[in-house]
Amino acid sequence: MNFILHIWRQTNPQETGEFVRYQLDVAEDSSFLEMLDALNEHLIETGEQPVAFDHDCREGICGSCSLVINGEPHGRHKATTSCQQYMRDYRDHNELWIEPWRAAAFPVIKDLVVDRSAFDRIIQAGDYIPVRTGAAPEANTQPVAKQVADKAFDAATCIGCGACVAVCPNASATLFIAAKVSHLSSLPQGQLDKKRPAKMLARMEAEGFGSCSNYRECERVCPKQIRTDTISKMNKLLYQG
Amino acid sequence: MSDDIQLDGQCPKGPLDQRWTQHKYNLRIVSPANRKHYRVIVVGTGLAGASAAASLAEMGYQVKTFCYQDSPRRAHSIAAQGGINAAKNYHNDGDSVWRLFYDMIKGGDFRARESNVFRLAELSTSIIDQAVAQGVPFAREYSGYLANRSFGGAQVSRTFYARGQTGQQLLLGAYQAMSRQIAEGHITHFSRTEMQDLIMIDGQAKGIIARDLLTGELTSHLADCVLLCTGGYGNAYYLSTNAKGCNTSAIWRAHKHGALFANPSFTQIHPTCIPQHGELQSKLTLMSESLRNDGRIWAPKNPADCGRDPREIREQDRDYFLERMYPAFGNLVPRDIASRAVKHICDEGRGVGHEINGQKLGVYLDFADAIKEQGSAAINEKYGNLFDMYQRITAEDPTQVPMRIYPAVHYTMGGLWVDYNLMTTIDGLFAGGEANFSDHGANRLGASALMQGLADGYFILPATVSDYLARQKPLADDDYPEVAKAMGQVTDRLRLLLNAPEPKHTPDYFHRQLGQILWDNCGMARNAGALKNALGDIKTLRQQFWRELKVTGSDKQLNQTLERAGRVADFMELAELMCLDALQREESCGCHARVEHLTPNGEVQRRDIDFSYVSAWRYSGNVSEPILVKEPLHFDFVSPGIRNYQ
Repeated sequence: MNFILHIWRQTNPQETGEFVRYQLDVAEDSSFLEMLDALNEHLIETGEQPVAFDHDCREGICGSCSLVINGEPHGRHKATTSCQQYMRDYRDHNELWIEPWRAAAFPVIKDLVVDRSAFDRIIQAGDYIPVRTGAAPEANTQPVAKQVADKAFDAATCIGCGACVAVCPNASATLFIAAKVSHLSSLPQGQLDKKRPAKMLARMEAEGFGSCSNYRECERVCPKQIRTDTISKMNKLLYQG
Repeated sequence: MSDDIQLDGQCPKGPLDQRWTQHKYNLRIVSPANRKHYRVIVVGTGLAGASAAASLAEMGYQVKTFCYQDSPRRAHSIAAQGGINAAKNYHNDGDSVWRLFYDMIKGGDFRARESNVFRLAELSTSIIDQAVAQGVPFAREYSGYLANRSFGGAQVSRTFYARGQTGQQLLLGAYQAMSRQIAEGHITHFSRTEMQDLIMIDGQAKGIIARDLLTGELTSHLADCVLLCTGGYGNAYYLSTNAKGCNTSAIWRAHKHGALFANPSFTQIHPTCIPQHGELQSKLTLMSESLRNDGRIWAPKNPADCGRDPREIREQDRDYFLERMYPAFGNLVPRDIASRAVKHICDEGRGVGHEINGQKLGVYLDFADAIKEQGSAAINEKYGNLFDMYQRITAEDPTQVPMRIYPAVHYTMGGLWVDYNLMTTIDGLFAGGEANFSDHGANRLGASALMQGLADGYFILPATVSDYLARQKPLADDDYPEVAKAMGQVTDRLRLLLNAPEPKHTPDYFHRQLGQILWDNCGMARNAGALKNALGDIKTLRQQFWRELKVTGSDKQLNQTLERAGRVADFMELAELMCLDALQREESCGCHARVEHLTPNGEVQRRDIDFSYVSAWRYSGNVSEPILVKEPLHFDFVSPGIRNYQ
């Protein structure tokens, strides 16, 4: 398969980047990132700097990879991360536009790599259950209804990739926060902290993310299919708190 | 190349079930008011690192943490699918700490310490309590109580799980505990920062040199002790189920400063991975072992059928080889045994699927019978997410066409040698999780990696690190000449990586070749001749690497090629030690199958009289001539038997 690639190249956070055109022949069983690997090997061999991009587990769970492919965060195939896109998914294309997440709170570091440390700071603002190591009671002391546990799990699957922010016209991190709040606050262990949603939303604002105005683009691109009903739940808790 | 000094694991004596309790009582503690004067460095933020850092910070020590990823939440523990064992006996099916202990000792083919393994079994229950209190959403029954399943051939149901994402949920629990300590100012965390070297002062580990991966800046960090929780080294084989960034650099640097490296050749090769599809493939993906509960593994009887559509191959022309070879356990034999059988079939020319280097590498894992018996709804309920994952990668629907699987490198039981306190042979240097060698012997039992990482981090290291610190005076903030020296060495090494004399090839080019050498010669079946050849090939490749490595860009910016080059350079040296270790161990045990030492049926044959020891290797100044130090293994409570699964 032969592709014309337009890849966002940017040397550092200060400079303005631009799309650079490359041409590449690639096997259709290749994953999208293997296609970039092949391009990079070629660039290094010809003395050029390879394209920087974040990736690690390459099985859709670590949340590192973060490509906008033809305008779609994580590419055209739904409910998967960039690393689980395969070139055969793009059989009907011959031009691909590849760029980084775009959001004020996720500044570009280099090429396709962005700084997502704001997500860590949001978690630090109170998204945990404060139990000391060793202080826990026997696990089966407190039963949790299966439906509640399953619902908590659905929200807990967030991998913190930031696609929800990248796609949102407001660059809001509301789905990211709502997923965590929804996970922790539905479990009896996490119900003590009534201020959790307020603390996190305040941090979100301080980090420069926008607010939610119900575009619901986030749930469309979420690789873990986290729903916006988590946002409703969070809002309910917010007003209760 | 052998050393007569015997290693002492400092294991306590007395009744097995009292050892840890008694030992904890004997350990010293630091008074709460003094803890803030001590500094601890934790490298790696996976299950072991994050849980150790959070627990030590809660106690009041000043902790610094480092990870190469952009967030501690992305450490590779996150990818663990199956589950975590705990001897809770919630199913009333006869489980106990003793039974879990026995299963692990036997699973490891009697090449692990009784004291350590028992402690792990004992702590398993507290890990579940801790995780549930943190909000880890384990699977539950309709009653609201925690659900368990049987796993990896165990005869009891003791595995706790969170769908297929147990590692992720446990890691997020530890990450959140760590985040709380960052917010409270007890942990200073550095993401996108990679340890380059250890700082040794007066023979003790007292800090690290780290490189900021974004700016290239080198910084020194001093502390009263250093914990390496940097994971395993399966990526030495290039293709593995590990994340792309997993590396041996931290523990290899420590090894070169005097930390002994134990059982480097003990590598777990997992039978159910998606086969390689092409020469440019970058990693392999694991399909959970749980699939073997319902899937039947087979290959065509006749090599001529290997290219045909499997659905057209008649029942009588199929060889359900695991069921044939191991009628008692069938498709559920332990990982090492299943992997070797699959390799054997493919070596006979009966493999299916893509051809790699002229050989078809794959066998079928077929759900057709299970779907017929239980209905497709029931099978989808159990394995739907795995089927989706498989289909995403291969573009084939496993409910219609049998899955293809092939073994892949998954976990390394070897690692830095540690004593019962998890301290290496360097004073003040500890190793936790997959980075150490401690608990899994020659083969790790399913669902026990998460357990070990968290036992080390939540419960063992906080106690033993405190004991160590209680015996130290906090390190004064002076100008130590050792820091400048270490910094100089790191700078020199980076310069060498950037300025090879005849730059030609990328780090991946060399890494792929190294991986092929290891996979062919130090993989599922090993023999003396092949290992000796591999040793020569690795040396030649290493020379070529330092001569022809090509890294573009500079070291003063984000340079992923340079990062990779540094990691590959360390794998080049470790690979030689792995082959030396495999060559020296003239027996078969667990994952280590020397073809010279197999039973007539092809099963591994231990030689307890000669090899009932841990092989710990000391760096001699020459990578090719390490010194072997033996730690004898004593079995006072179990008697090493034959691991029979037939």
